[in-house]
Amino acid sequence: MRPRLGFLGVNAALVLLAALTLFPLAWMVCASLMAPGEASTYPPPVLPASATLENYRVLFAEHGLVRQAFNSLLISLLATVLSLIFNLSAGYAFAKLRFWGRERIFRLLLGALVVPGQITMMPLFFMLKRMGLVNSTPGVLVPWLASVFGIYLVKHYAQSIPDELLEAARLDGAGEGRIFLRVVLPLLKPIVVTLAVLAFMGSWNDFMWPLIVLTDRDMQTLPVALATLSREHVQDVELMMAGAAITVLPVLLLFFALQRYYMQGLLVGSVKG
Amino acid sequence: MKPAQAGWLFVAPALLAIAVFFVLPVAAALVMSGTDFDIYGLADLRNVRFIGLDNYVQLLRRPLFWQALLNTLFFVVVGVPLSVAVSLVAALLLNSPLARFKGLYRTALFMPVVTTVAAVAVVWRFLLHTRYGLLNYGLSSLGFSPIDWLGNPRWAMPAIVLLSVWKNFGYNMIILLAGLQAIPSEQYEVARLDGAGTWAVFRHITLPSLGPMLLMVSILTMAAHFQLFAEPYVMTQGGPAQRTVTVLYLMYEDGFKWWSLGSGSAVAFVLFLFMFGFTVLQVQASRRWGTA
Repeated sequence: MRPRLGFLGVNAALVLLAALTLFPLAWMVCASLMAPGEASTYPPPVLPASATLENYRVLFAEHGLVRQAFNSLLISLLATVLSLIFNLSAGYAFAKLRFWGRERIFRLLLGALVVPGQITMMPLFFMLKRMGLVNSTPGVLVPWLASVFGIYLVKHYAQSIPDELLEAARLDGAGEGRIFLRVVLPLLKPIVVTLAVLAFMGSWNDFMWPLIVLTDRDMQTLPVALATLSREHVQDVELMMAGAAITVLPVLLLFFALQRYYMQGLLVGSVKG
Repeated sequence: MKPAQAGWLFVAPALLAIAVFFVLPVAAALVMSGTDFDIYGLADLRNVRFIGLDNYVQLLRRPLFWQALLNTLFFVVVGVPLSVAVSLVAALLLNSPLARFKGLYRTALFMPVVTTVAAVAVVWRFLLHTRYGLLNYGLSSLGFSPIDWLGNPRWAMPAIVLLSVWKNFGYNMIILLAGLQAIPSEQYEVARLDGAGTWAVFRHITLPSLGPMLLMVSILTMAAHFQLFAEPYVMTQGGPAQRTVTVLYLMYEDGFKWWSLGSGSAVAFVLFLFMFGFTVLQVQASRRWGTA
């Protein structure tokens, strides 16, 4: 009798927890399909009386959110590429190339992790203003160039590359650049995907820095535009849910597709950190 | 080219980027926090004057700063233990040999973590609506009277805690689950043979083995909680009665709404100080625990 009860208890608790977790997201999608004003009736409906895509049409056609969706995509893609270029080479060098001061510099980098990034925001804004980069895509990308976490992630993974492999390539006369591109990168493929997913999602979801740097609506990303829009359209629940859905669903889909890589990054980053 | 030279060449771009866009701004912020840097300074550096510790002194005299500090500490002190506790429960459930469809549940429970905070804050703002929100509807069907979540000064921050736990527990759940899976099953078998009950096993085997990981998880969670910004920005704009103004929100308003970049930098450093202090405190507390 006891084990049966335990089985029921554990699985019922999981069903309940999952239902509570998924409910806000499910409601977001349902409400986005409702007619204007439908969500603000009592008792509050969960399912739309008749599903309509009208809110999405209004959002794209009348509020021109296509523009911000494009900005978000462009910025996230660029952030991903930049993060890969800077972090892959540095992470590999810290793991496999002996150079003067390597350990000390790496320890300093890890030490920098305790400083919250927001401290840099005011001087960085001033710097970018002087460079004419406020309200520009390069301005919003600046924090994504290189990250201590990214370097750490790559270094941790690259340490498993056998030295003999690199030595053999050197004996064959391959230069260091060639070794990196031809021998190392293929071996780093899983961590490349992990780093790419983390950078893409991180820059897509980022809020505070884009909010500060992108003042012009045409330059804004989806989360910033949504936050501004939701302050103006407090009553338009259904419209806002459609906006939230188009902001959230792309990253959710990406997560479903590449979950394994995402989780790997998460575990390497914290378990050994 | 020797590997040593190549090494420097490979790390140079990243180090340069970190030096220019992180180290330099941090140092500049420290200098800035000692000046009256404002919108005129933004236009022309000649308008900036050193005022020593004036920004910090002024900050300590502002009631809003203390309110913001109090609000942030409430969010940390209530939110972090709650969040870690939910993560631990979820991880224990997922690790139970009795659980079915573990992969499916793991994905479902993790989903809020990857969502956009600004977007789910918009969603929650409506879920928390006094009259049409489904949370109050659910509560009323259990016999509770409706709560004005985001309009009542007493409930606004708890509401944000609720959203934050929902959004973030999946992250620590995954880490703690990995920790649970690393505990050798022989330990459990020996305990069972000794006749230990579920609670005793949890108390004397699971918790101690998970100890270091719990410490790390709570330090990371605490650091993230100190940086609360998007939720109050989207849901309450600091209100009602300034009860959701956080330290970071204050920094944003000082720095980028009123363009007092000097004062904003001072707020940022105070935040850093608190984060650092709390981390040290937590490490020391756990050390004492560990040896006791």
